[in-house]
Parts: sequence; structure tokens; C-alpha cells
Amino acid sequence: MGARAVSETAVEVVDLATTPLREVNQRLHDLAGGAGGPARWRVLNPRGAHAVACGLDAEIEVEIEGHVGYYCAGMNQLASVHVHGSASTGLAENMMSGTVVVEGSVSQSAGASAHGGLLVVHGDAAARCGISMKGVEIVVRGSVGHLSGFMAQSGCLVVCGDAGEALGDSLYEARMYVRGDVAGLGADCVEKELRAEHLAQVSDLLERAGFDDVDPASFRRYGSARSLYNFHVDNAGAY
Amino acid sequence: MLDTRGSGLAYGEILHTTGEESSRAMCGIVGLFAKSSAIEERLGDHLAAMLAQMSARGPDSAGVAVYRDPVPSGSKLTLYSRDPLYDWEAVRRLLAGAFGGASVPSVRASHAVLLVEADAADAEAWVRQHATDVRVMSAGSVIEIYKEVGRPELFSADFSLTDFHGTHALGHTRMATESRVTTEGSHPFSTGLDLCLVHNGSLSNHNRLRRTLQREGIEFHTENDTEVAAGYLAWKLREGVSLEQALEDGIEDLDGFYTFAVGTADGFAVLRDPIACKPAVLAETEDWVAMASEYHAIAVLPGADDARVWEPEPGIVYVWEKAPV
Repeated sequence: MGARAVSETAVEVVDLATTPLREVNQRLHDLAGGAGGPARWRVLNPRGAHAVACGLDAEIEVEIEGHVGYYCAGMNQLASVHVHGSASTGLAENMMSGTVVVEGSVSQSAGASAHGGLLVVHGDAAARCGISMKGVEIVVRGSVGHLSGFMAQSGCLVVCGDAGEALGDSLYEARMYVRGDVAGLGADCVEKELRAEHLAQVSDLLERAGFDDVDPASFRRYGSARSLYNFHVDNAGAY
Repeated sequence: MLDTRGSGLAYGEILHTTGEESSRAMCGIVGLFAKSSAIEERLGDHLAAMLAQMSARGPDSAGVAVYRDPVPSGSKLTLYSRDPLYDWEAVRRLLAGAFGGASVPSVRASHAVLLVEADAADAEAWVRQHATDVRVMSAGSVIEIYKEVGRPELFSADFSLTDFHGTHALGHTRMATESRVTTEGSHPFSTGLDLCLVHNGSLSNHNRLRRTLQREGIEFHTENDTEVAAGYLAWKLREGVSLEQALEDGIEDLDGFYTFAVGTADGFAVLRDPIACKPAVLAETEDWVAMASEYHAIAVLPGADDARVWEPEPGIVYVWEKAPV
């Protein structure tokens, strides 16, 4: 095919009912490093397939028309992936940059270990949303399940609904904002004052997520009490 | 306060390494409950399609429980023999002699279904005592259980699954991680009349619970942890509680990690443990309710694109029951 300019208008349509997933992912991977090719893609009939649009590394837009299985948009870099359906375990896990948007709900471990980028969920996220997050920004329109933000190191989790048990258990420096009820805080996670800079951060994230009907001042902030950073025998039971 | 070992589970399904006869790190489970006659007529077809999608999660053996053709009187037994040339007619004659009536066996691969003019519990007890070369897979008035080693696609073909009509069905594909691959160790397990259970996960207190249940008169035929969960439900139902209450009590009494799908004569239920490291997805349309370990096993059903799809919440019991006719 050779190098060619990225097409700004044409949409490349691929149908997973007729094209093998590996072939689709390979075509998307071939765009890495500015190799040129279609900049806009539509993926039809994902029907719960695993690893759809996984490992992308190009400034492209991928629209996925239906529900996806495990690890959709995992390790994403630069790309914008939009799922018009729900997603299973490990959505956008280890994402580095780019944007992932899900119109429906997502299963457990969404955004796990992700270093960067923006993850937006219009529905609910199940257990362990943002587990071990390392810089990603996550905005969930609905609620998140138990153990969300477990061992979160950096980044930001905004939850417009409620949070399940053990929110932010053993977290480091990530910021958590929850508008609804929190079923329980995990070890070393405490509520903190919502200051002007935090309000600005929530406003910015809600705007980028497109949730402009949500009042940023209605959130409460949670973060690390920093008491588990270094081992202390009095905390042995909490490790 | 949560143990940091939880972080390992969060990333998928780690191999369980301390289990009994059949720990299962993966395994696939499916369930289908018909709400229309069109689905009832093609129940086996749909079940086979769902099982095939779960092949990667469990290529070692497969099994199904199908609820169909309730007997007007007497009971229905599903029996299994390792001998492909087993003389089922001989068993029929013995049963007919003991109880005064037994139907011509309906044979599918290594299994046979017999209708007996006797109370199901009596017929089952008689077979266990007198026909020791066969194994009772299920007993009741509606249930039929078939299970065998080998890939799910082969299982479906060998047992002509697509022939089946029925009201509801459960299926299981097993990935044996450290123990023998046998028909007996395959799912579903049934320890009560018309009751069956399929399981993805592992129980840690099943030995003690088995002893407790044995004292209550529940019989077990394997060392399998899933059979203990099935026996627990059989015991609870025998004590008169509803299926929903039995499962809710199970959250307290069953220690381990699990997704259960349970079938009864007229119902179907799903429960995930409160930690919820085992997957499950539910979907519902006007025509059916379905559950599966992964959504792609539901995507093969008619109308799946427009179904309401959701993940069952941890520790919440979901039950569907047929309205009494």
C-alpha cells in the first residue's frame, strides 16, 4: 500500500461478522507511527468479541457499533475509541493516552493500571474501576462497584452516582470525586476538603466528558490519608 | 479492610491451586429461560450455540440440564453408563419389575432417560442400590442431565442437542486445571429432585459443609465442591424455604468465589459471590432470559442486539420462575 496521507473524511467500515478480528486489529496497528491510512473507522458486529481495537497507537477515531468483550481499547495510545454499547472486563486497561468513551455500562477493572488518557462511561462501572490507576482520568456518569480505585497511584476518578464498598482502598495519590453515596471507604482513604482547584478539575473533566448538566459543586473529594506509605507495626492489620 | 491479594484476582481469573477434585479457574456457564413458545421449540439449538461460544473457557467436558416434557405421573431418571453397548432394556425390565412400570429408554450417546411409575426419590434410591453399574445423573419429573468429556461442540453433536425443546436449560463447559477429566466430575450437578447447579469458581469450606449436610441426610456421590453447593440448596429447599431465600442464605454459608446458575422444575436463578471475581452477564428480551460467563455466548441468541444487557450485581440473587399453569 505504501505511505499515504491520512484521509480526513472517508470512514473505513469493517464488519466483524465477515472479517476476522485479528485482521481488523492488524489493520489498525498498521497505522502506528504515522504510517498513513484511514483516520476514521467504524467496526460493525463486535458481538462481545474480546480485544477489539486493542493496542492502537495512532491518532484515529474508531466507532464500535455494539457490545464488546474483554480488554477493548487496552493499551490505547493517541486513538479515540467510542463504544456504542457496553464493555466487559478490562476496558482501556493500561491506556497511555487518547480517549475511550462507552455509551453503555462496563464490567470490572475498567481503566486498570492506565497511565493516561480520558475514559468516559455513560452508564455504570462495575467493581474495581480504576484499580491501580497511574494517571488516567476516568469519568463515570452512573455508579461504580466495590474496590474502585484500589491502590490507585495517580490520576482522577469522577463518579456522578454512588460508589461501592472499599472505595480507594490502599490508594496513593489519585483523586476521587463522588457525587452520590459511598458505601464505605477502603483502608487509608479519607474524605478531603473540596477546594477551588478541585472544583476546577471536576468542572474541566465533566466538560470534557460532555456531562454539562452535572453540578461540579455537588461532589465530595476523597484521597489518601498517607498513613500506610511506610510500614508501621501499628498498621500491620491494614496491609 | 481488604487483603492485597485481591489485586491479583482483579485482573482476571488466577489459577486456583489448592482445590479438590475439580477446581475450575475458568469454565463457562450458560443458562436460557424461554418466555415464548418459539424459544421453547428451539431451546436445544440455542443452548448448543451458547455452549459452543464457551468452548474456549472449558474445552475438557461439557454438560447440560434441560427442563422439558414433565411426566404426568411417576418420575423421570437420567442414567449414565461408561459402556457404549450397555443393555438399557435390562435396567428397564428390572425397574418395571420393582415398580410395575417403566418406559422404553430414550438413549442419547452414553445416557438414557427412563420414565418410571414410582416416586422419583424411590426410583433413584432403587437404581443406586440395584443397578450399581450405572450412575444417576438426575431424578425428578422434568429435569434431564447429560454430561460428557470432550469439546462442547462434539458434545452437542453426540447428544443431538439441537433436537431438544424445553422450558429452560443450563449448560457448563469445564476447564479442569489439576484433576481428572471425567464424566462424573463434569457439571451440572444434581443432588435434589429436579434441581441442578452449574458453577464457575471454587468453594473453600465444602468439606466441613458436606459433613454437616450428610448429617441432615443429603447424599453426595463425588468429592466435588460444586456438588456440595447443589446439596446445600437441596437441603434448604427441603426445609421449605424459597429458591431465592436458599441462595441468600448461601451467601453466608458458602465460603469461596463463585458464579452459580441454578435450575429448578419451574425456575432459574443466578448468584455471584460478594467479591465477584467470576464473570457473569445477564440479558433479557420479550422472548427469553439468558445468562452466560461472557456476552458473546448471548450474542448468538435471536434479538440479542436489542436485549437489555446487564452485569448481575455481587451478592444479589436473580430469580425467574414460570407462572403456575
